[in-house]
Amino acid sequence: MIIVAEQVLNGVQFGITLFLMAAGLTLIFGVMNLVNLAHGSLYMIGAFIAAATFNATHSFVFAIAAALVGTAAVGVAVEVIVFRALYQRDHLDQVLATFGLILFFNEIVRMVWGATALYAQVPDFLSGQIQVLPGVPYPTYRLVIIAVGLVVALFLYLLVMRTRIGMLIRAGASDRTMVAALGVNITLLYTLIFGLGAALAALAGALAGPVFTVESGMGDDLLILAFVVIVIGGIGSIRGAFIAAVLVGVVDTVGRAFLRPLFALVMSGFAADNAGPATASMLIYILMATVLFFRPEGLFPRAKR
Amino acid sequence: MKSASKGLVVTAATLATLALLPPVSLVFGQDFYIDLFTRIMIFAIAAVSLDLILGFGGMVSFGHAAYLGIGSYAVGILAFYHIDNGFLQFGVAILASALIALFIGWVSLRTSGIYFIMITLAFGQMIYFLGESVNQFGGDNGLNIERHSRFAALLNLDKPTALYYFVFAWLVFCLGMGWRLVESRFGMVIRGAKSNETRMLALGFRTFRYKLVAFVISGAMAGLAGALLANLTLFLSPNIMHWTRSGEIMMMVILGGMGTLIGPVIGAIAYLVLENLLSGFTEHWQAILGPFLVLVVIFSKTGLLGAAGAWRAKSSHA
Repeated sequence: MIIVAEQVLNGVQFGITLFLMAAGLTLIFGVMNLVNLAHGSLYMIGAFIAAATFNATHSFVFAIAAALVGTAAVGVAVEVIVFRALYQRDHLDQVLATFGLILFFNEIVRMVWGATALYAQVPDFLSGQIQVLPGVPYPTYRLVIIAVGLVVALFLYLLVMRTRIGMLIRAGASDRTMVAALGVNITLLYTLIFGLGAALAALAGALAGPVFTVESGMGDDLLILAFVVIVIGGIGSIRGAFIAAVLVGVVDTVGRAFLRPLFALVMSGFAADNAGPATASMLIYILMATVLFFRPEGLFPRAKR
Repeated sequence: MKSASKGLVVTAATLATLALLPPVSLVFGQDFYIDLFTRIMIFAIAAVSLDLILGFGGMVSFGHAAYLGIGSYAVGILAFYHIDNGFLQFGVAILASALIALFIGWVSLRTSGIYFIMITLAFGQMIYFLGESVNQFGGDNGLNIERHSRFAALLNLDKPTALYYFVFAWLVFCLGMGWRLVESRFGMVIRGAKSNETRMLALGFRTFRYKLVAFVISGAMAGLAGALLANLTLFLSPNIMHWTRSGEIMMMVILGGMGTLIGPVIGAIAYLVLENLLSGFTEHWQAILGPFLVLVVIFSKTGLLGAAGAWRAKSSHA
């Protein structure tokens, strides 16, 4: 029971990290209709800036701030230099150009910080454990990630649903041409959304640094998971991204923890040793294929125009 | 008609160059190029297979490296159990890829646009993780293959030149088959569905079936490339199925010019030769290759073939 609670919390924490990635991705896709594979690179850059800053200054707050600002700046620069030429292109061109960006950023990170993983540590004041249930201790740092993610989700909800910028974002997602025709500076809006998305990815990377490994290419596989999340959630929907992210995080983590022992109940140990991890790592993709099979536009599809 | 004959000239020139490469490189004592170009031709087959559905059918499959892996693992796993009969190995590789493509296509072709890209990517990842987690066959460390496929006394693939011409023959076969397919009635339906699916449906074609068959043929051809790759590297690794590999194959198609058959071959040559040159030049070659790819996408819509054609047209006007 204790281990189940622990694994579910791990799953939620992983899901929150995914949500921070997916929120930016789904906004960028929903509003600008841009497939950005390089979003994982922004996550990686955030993690590297945070780890390097923390190792230099030993200030956690300063490290997070540096990651947010630095990565948002990189994101805005990339938007202005590369993506503005891509908005009118089809998805295939966008996939390929941003694929080139991944190669570039992975290599730049290797050139700046070296090929070996960067050591990222949990700050002292967050390194303890907290009793979440009687007899269930859980690392404080991971709880902080969950809390930060929930706060960000709330902030995004308020931003998108209750502010003027949010109104423009929603309007942009449903009809770009009309928004531009009404005199809104759509170019600025795009750059703003892109900066926001980059900052969210950086936050995910900065927080995840001490939990996962900070190395070149760390964003590549997470990016694919974030895409799985936004496809399951319905492209353009932040609410869908949140629900799908937690779902994917929990299914993946719990599957990895319990599928092998579960299989061992019904098959030989050797077969379970092979089939358990194999099935566990495929589980979320099976989930995605199933969702798309029954709901080809995800759980929360955009309203039809 | 004129552009068709021009394509034929480019194809003939490319194939003739490839055919003459081993003797020339042996004369100059550069037999390293035989290995490089064997690899290039294998990826050319994979790129041609992707182009059949991507360039001609408009199906952006982002999980094509999976079939490369399936073909490769089919050879490797049979070899692991000491079955080294080449006819059997290649038969299983092609059949297995075709069957898995049938299933993936059957599910994925219900979606379209970005959802199709993502669902094929998801299936590719599934197969990648399957390869990574099955420790029996090396897991993520990979597995050595003891010997090349045996084709009785007909062919000895231990010789690099023999393997080279074996791959070359398959490349020619795939190009020929691709050409027959594209020009056939079947190919017309696929191309028609790309430009306007509703029209094809209205004309009474069940486009889903046509697209599915094209998807399966493409998967089988990529599986063949995988079986050849296993024979070249004699090593089995899930890395050949990683999604970035699918991106590379797609890049080759775009680089050469999609919607032509020889384009992907030229794209594969350009991409891998460039990679080889840059990596000899600096260890950080990806920092150069990445922006180069971005520029290619932004500034050219038709790939190297189209760029060359446009340049010729421009210079003849001047």
